Amino acid sequence: MSGHLQREIEKIKTNILSLGAMVEDRFQRAIYAVKTGDLALAQKIIDTDIEIDACEIEVEEECLKILALYQPVAMDLRFLVAVIKINNDLERIADYAANIAKRFKTSFKDPRKFKYDYTTMADQAAKMLRMSLDALVHLDVDMAYKVRDMDKQVNIMRNDAYGSMKKDIQLHPEMVNEIINMYLISRHLERIGDHTTNIAEEVIYLIEGEIIRHS
Amino acid sequence: MQGIIKLHTQNLDFFYGNFQALHQISIKFLQNKVTALIGPSGCGKSTYLRCLNRMNDLIPGIKVKGRAMLGTEDIYDPSIDVVSLRRRVGMVFQKPNPFPKSIFENIAYGLKVNGVKDRAKITAIVEKSLKQAAIWDEVKDRLNETALGLSGGQQQRLCIARALAVDPEVLLMDEPASALDPIATQKIEELIAELSPRLTIIIVTHNMQQAARVSDRTAFFYMGKLIELNDTDTLFTKPELKQTEDYITGRFG
Repeated sequence: MSGHLQREIEKIKTNILSLGAMVEDRFQRAIYAVKTGDLALAQKIIDTDIEIDACEIEVEEECLKILALYQPVAMDLRFLVAVIKINNDLERIADYAANIAKRFKTSFKDPRKFKYDYTTMADQAAKMLRMSLDALVHLDVDMAYKVRDMDKQVNIMRNDAYGSMKKDIQLHPEMVNEIINMYLISRHLERIGDHTTNIAEEVIYLIEGEIIRHS
Repeated sequence: MQGIIKLHTQNLDFFYGNFQALHQISIKFLQNKVTALIGPSGCGKSTYLRCLNRMNDLIPGIKVKGRAMLGTEDIYDPSIDVVSLRRRVGMVFQKPNPFPKSIFENIAYGLKVNGVKDRAKITAIVEKSLKQAAIWDEVKDRLNETALGLSGGQQQRLCIARALAVDPEVLLMDEPASALDPIATQKIEELIAELSPRLTIIIVTHNMQQAARVSDRTAFFYMGKLIELNDTDTLFTKPELKQTEDYITGRFG
């Protein structure tokens, strides 16, 4: 039975990492679309979000099947529990990537085109996502803890964006819809940071067996 | 896990002739808790279990070193009455072994051996024991029929009732469900949960999911040694030792 279980777990590992790579790629392309004004690319990200949803369900079903058939324990159990949660976080990150593309589409339609430079914030969130997935691949607990720390900076950047755009609304009240729409991108980036932190915390649970989520 | 120590061994060694089957086993069994003993075949878990009520005494050429204590009494003290010890530390075996007598007599037999003569008292205890073993409803109308006509699962619960009739303080169970189907197994597991608040139970099982389900603490044995003793929740989610992890996840054994 052990051989079967290990083969199934290897398969899950491959699938979750593949999903992670897809989500990372979509997030990078959403940011690129905003940066370069690529409307077609943004639309493609929105239209193909369904592919991520299908992968998420496939991974979840595989995990449930293994739990039912093998009743794994110890490291194997922690791995499956972590994957079920990481799977959900990755799907949410893909949703936020699609939301960023939607926000960009909305603002692109407006000829006044209010701009806010999200490069640093987006780079930070992307780096966190990459590191959290690397921590999962290499079971690197130190890297997972670093991701957790990095989230604070993303939160600060979101607060900066809020303060800055609040002033913009006061200066240009006629552009309030436009500015709020642009502010929502910072909210999406901040949530992506939260989900990558969740992934890192699941990696820590997987390795150390301690739930540190609320500590 | 904290609690009153009901039974414990300290540096217990056990030999079959020249072969040492157990090495320095020290375990404290907490009162009214279920402790599961797990490990691969030949690891010594059943041998250890049988040391706790001196069932191994029946095997020629055995030798025991170290201490085994039931409360403050030394189980291996030469002056101890072994029959009395086995009344206090009851046992249920892998294969149900009812006597070739009626259902009633199976339970009453131990009482009579222990000097109970009052018929009304015996009848009351038979009923109570069968109820405790969750088999009363199935046999109450055929108490005088032979116990050998019961199914395997019913026979095993009858054996548990027989052990309970003499009011033991500790119940040893040596793979009590390994010969039973899933439904009968589930009944035995539910029974363990019902009995545990008033009885100290030590169970040997090859089924790790069963150990995880029924026990408060689990001891992992390997090659005659106690490798890890931990709270069951911890042992099956985050064992302290890699050797335990490798065994319970099926990576060796």
